[in-house]
Amino acid sequence: MLKESAGGWGLGARASNRQTRLIEVVVVVAIALLLIFVMPTVLSSFRLNLLGRFLALAIVGLGIDLIWGYTGLLSLGHGIFFGLGGYAIGMHLKLQIPPGELPDFMGLYGVTELPWFWKPFYLFPVASAAVVIIPAILAGLFGYLVFRNRIRGVYFSILTQAGVIIFFNFFNGQQKLFNGTNGLIDFSTILGANVSAQSTQVVFYILTVLLLIGTYALCRWLTSGRFGRLLMAIRDDESRVRFSGYDPTEFKVFVFAVSGAIAGIAGAMYTLQSGSVSPRAMDVAFSIEMVIWVAIGGRASLVGAVVGTLLVNYARSFFSEEYAEIWLFFQGALFLLVVTVLPDGIVGWLRNTGIQQLGRKQVITYPSLEEDPEVENERQNLGN
Amino acid sequence: MKDKILEIEDVTVSFDGFKALNNLNFSLDVGELRVIIGPNGAGKTTFLDVITGKTKPTQGRVLFKGRNLKSLPEHQISRLGIGRKFQTPRIYLNLTPRENLEISSNRQKNVFATLFKHSSSAERKTITGLLETIGLSSNADIRADKLSHGEKQRLEIGMLVAQSPDLLLVDEPVAGLTDEETENVGNLLLALAESHSILVIEHDMEFVRQIARQVTVLHQGSVLKEGTIDEVQNDPRVIEVYLGQPLEDTASEVQHSSEKLETLNIGNSKL
Repeated sequence: MLKESAGGWGLGARASNRQTRLIEVVVVVAIALLLIFVMPTVLSSFRLNLLGRFLALAIVGLGIDLIWGYTGLLSLGHGIFFGLGGYAIGMHLKLQIPPGELPDFMGLYGVTELPWFWKPFYLFPVASAAVVIIPAILAGLFGYLVFRNRIRGVYFSILTQAGVIIFFNFFNGQQKLFNGTNGLIDFSTILGANVSAQSTQVVFYILTVLLLIGTYALCRWLTSGRFGRLLMAIRDDESRVRFSGYDPTEFKVFVFAVSGAIAGIAGAMYTLQSGSVSPRAMDVAFSIEMVIWVAIGGRASLVGAVVGTLLVNYARSFFSEEYAEIWLFFQGALFLLVVTVLPDGIVGWLRNTGIQQLGRKQVITYPSLEEDPEVENERQNLGN
Repeated sequence: MKDKILEIEDVTVSFDGFKALNNLNFSLDVGELRVIIGPNGAGKTTFLDVITGKTKPTQGRVLFKGRNLKSLPEHQISRLGIGRKFQTPRIYLNLTPRENLEISSNRQKNVFATLFKHSSSAERKTITGLLETIGLSSNADIRADKLSHGEKQRLEIGMLVAQSPDLLLVDEPVAGLTDEETENVGNLLLALAESHSILVIEHDMEFVRQIARQVTVLHQGSVLKEGTIDEVQNDPRVIEVYLGQPLEDTASEVQHSSEKLETLNIGNSKL
């Protein structure tokens, strides 16, 4: 009797799982259609560009959530990968010049020959592959060295922070190679199209939406199923995972590399829409901001990462248009508020309280009793 | 002579000069159930750490099925067939018992197999059977942090079994359990002993009596005495270091143990 009802419950849960999955797909597609077809007609080109940039930042938010929310790796250096993605596409754009000529800034510093590593970036396929591959390889290598030596927690975060400072200083100091502080600016064409033309920008915007959806699907796939559960197991008790016969290093390196690649894509899309990439992308504060977006939206919730990113960035653009001086105070206050009052972020809070109550059919008198296995058991046995 | 599944030869582990294990020699037959007892600080947990690769011996060697474990990291030792249960239940609290077991039972433990392969129906069947064995069928799909302490202990033992190791290392499986739960766990271990070699560390002497055939006493990082529970309990050195002060109690406990057992039986039949 008991067994039957338990089995029936399991089947029911599986069926409703499939239903939730279907609803999720429908919602995501609906949002995508809204973003792609409605927004360009509703918003001014300035506002659309802003939204496109924020959506690009949401991609890196997903990457942060994947490693922090699900795997427990707090990276304070994702600006490295974001910046590298931006520079990779930026270098391609700076090479849209007649053969034999050099990118404009190089002349200023007396460079006479194109540095060897710039050359592959003439080709669009190479540059766009580099957007993904260079950050992935660098993240994988960094991850391997760090995780193999079992460096974890705050020590890992400090190392990522050190990494981002090194990269900032490198790109900031290399005027001949990367135009130093100013970075790569004044892009002209991409694949023959004018970069700053309205029609091209709409294409970038749509591409960003599609990449965001793709990244969401990828992260959703990675974090569900057996692999996702193992990531959470590593987050919750890494050494237990070792004694179960898994090598957590492999998993962490893999997921960190994926997250780096995601940040690279975000950086490239951001660069295309903002029209420049500079060492500021590798600024320490920017990398920490990424973490704040995810914390505010909700750790270990992919929707939270996207919502948090959009929310904070819209708040920032509102405040910096209206009251530029108080934005930083506001951001600090928001972060403090979330950490102290809503530790699971906005989406986490909604998930734990609001939505659950909306979704239930019966009135809940005492939620923990409702979920207590003993009580559940007794309830099932009462019929006997 | 029987095959040895585990041999520990002259192992010394020192932490900054303190010898947690001191020239320890130990061996376990295939299929044996052995209980290790010893006062606090005797090196019992270090002993398990050395076998599972968490701590490397300063001196000496550990052989599992004749293979030296010295250069292997924990996950590889685990893959050779050694499963460990920790003193406090170490389960994944954010996952359900079914998912906990699934993680342990997965055979191919590299990144890509975990990512792309789905668990086979045979594996799922094994897990369902295992859930029944450890008595968690009705709670299989709730989050594990909602389980009681006893259920968590049983789940962790289940996770060990799901790994299908040849050697089970079980550290204080009944700490914090009620008498009834203790007996359940004892029966579970006895059932497992039919097909596995098991090493149990325990303080609870009544429990030791329930499951033990052979007992090893550790003291200051070395083996003090090996034998049956009665031999061990009657050994004057053991009484001195381990059972310590309540010498009379122990003696009387040994004398009256048969009576006590009867009382226990009556108690059970009443229940």
